[in-house]
Amino acid sequence: MTSPATPGDPGGTRLPSIVVSDVTKTFKLRHTHSFKEAFLGFIRHKTLSTTFSALSHVSVEIQEGESVALLGYNGSGKSTLLKLISGVLLPDKGRILTRGRVAGLIEVGAGFHPDLTGRDNVYLNAAILGMSRKEIDARFDDIVEFSEIGEFIDTEVKHYSSGMFLRLAFSVAIHTELDVLLVDEILAVGDAPFRAKCEVRIRELIQQGKTMVVVSHDLPMVSSLCERGVVLRNGQVTFDGRIDEAVAALSEHD
Amino acid sequence: MTSTYHAGAQGFVSPGHSRGLIDVVRYRYLLRLLVRKGIQTRYHGSVLGWTWSYVKPAAQFFVYFFALGVFLGLNKGVPNFPVYLFSGMVVINLFGEAFTNATRSIVDNGPLVQKIYLPRELFPLAAVFVAFVHFLPQVAVLFIGALVTGWVPSLVAVLAFVLGVIIVTVLSTGLGLLFGAVNTSFRDAQNLVELFLLFATWASPVLYHWQSVSSALPRWAQTVYLLNPLTPAVELMHIAFWSPTLHGQQQPGGPPNLLLFSLIALLTSIVLLIVGQLTFRRLEGRFAQDL
Repeated sequence: MTSPATPGDPGGTRLPSIVVSDVTKTFKLRHTHSFKEAFLGFIRHKTLSTTFSALSHVSVEIQEGESVALLGYNGSGKSTLLKLISGVLLPDKGRILTRGRVAGLIEVGAGFHPDLTGRDNVYLNAAILGMSRKEIDARFDDIVEFSEIGEFIDTEVKHYSSGMFLRLAFSVAIHTELDVLLVDEILAVGDAPFRAKCEVRIRELIQQGKTMVVVSHDLPMVSSLCERGVVLRNGQVTFDGRIDEAVAALSEHD
Repeated sequence: MTSTYHAGAQGFVSPGHSRGLIDVVRYRYLLRLLVRKGIQTRYHGSVLGWTWSYVKPAAQFFVYFFALGVFLGLNKGVPNFPVYLFSGMVVINLFGEAFTNATRSIVDNGPLVQKIYLPRELFPLAAVFVAFVHFLPQVAVLFIGALVTGWVPSLVAVLAFVLGVIIVTVLSTGLGLLFGAVNTSFRDAQNLVELFLLFATWASPVLYHWQSVSSALPRWAQTVYLLNPLTPAVELMHIAFWSPTLHGQQQPGGPPNLLLFSLIALLTSIVLLIVGQLTFRRLEGRFAQDL
């Protein structure tokens, strides 16, 4: 394992893949979904929303080729941070910059349509993840082979078992052309042999020098995949350093 | 430290910031797949499938034809009334279909919007394209009807058709972006759209002739009526499909300055498209958390 780069190290010639600088994200939980409620609430001076601070003044810099685990308990803001990096959410304050193609393995299968065949879904989802037609054509066989779907590829996805569905969805995501991979709890997918296969594939990507950000509660897996850990607690970074120390720091809070 | 990096320099980008409709060009392959998905799944599980695209307008046509044409006697006042009626109906249907689908598109694609970043304009735009594909078989039927009743080709007819379709497409895209964005926070938007569509059918000369409007309304109100972008669009469809079947028959005159009002309608539509896009971009940052 290479020694982890110190966060914010400006000395190297390598450019970081992800820069998160002083990011704050507050959620407004609105309790109304219609004009009427909004209007009535306004004249009655009722509070229509409660705010919830998900991240406050978070700064993290991730170097190219690094694999970083975001650790923390539920509600610590790690998934929010991942969504900010992917661009699904925008920060209220601060800045986020990324370099290269970012692909999120954030809840795989989000773009699957039950009424389309496996084949159509592969094309649709690979395109959603930013691939061109040529790239998909080139990888289609690999995707199908990895998913172990076989002849069912031309069957509508609604007839798939949940395992088949997840395998195909994951297979599409993992074959995406990318520079930065964001992974949110997806390794809880499928049975043990398939999980092992996925881990191998992720290790391959790390070896190819892809940047990886992983959110997971599976500490042993994260420890073996990542070199660096960032611990979040109530929306703030409480530790940033080597993964074994990060895992230790996480349990210290108990 | 971090301030040494900037978006746009050294290959850095800010995630989640797109250039709106312009970025859709880069995603045209995905747009094509989304349109195909919309077409494939639209009538999924129904026996008649795409036949519904003919059955629904046909039923609507017969209701209007008998109620207005036969019972209220418009059949006698307006020569070749069936073609007159249907040419206005198809373009209003295009507008309704595109506007409704685009308004619902963001909410309908909620899981995707919440999990993966894409230029979200793709969804309303795909909805408009699907509506357009849906519109084509109706035009085919209309065209056959016009041919049977003596339609002769002319450059004016073709140009009128193209201009009318452009006005309606741009208009429904703009309104769809606007209402689709608002719909993520307030689902009232989609109900408001239904109300709008009710007005759209009656506030343009689809079911009756312009003559009835000009004889009932004062001058200024006629101008207001003509400023509705759908009015010139419907009239353009009449010029494209209905007028060429008359062969110089005595026909009631259409609205004055149609070309001028058509250009105003096009301009209005473009302005609404810009307003829709700007609103969409303003609200886009909240989509993922509001859904």
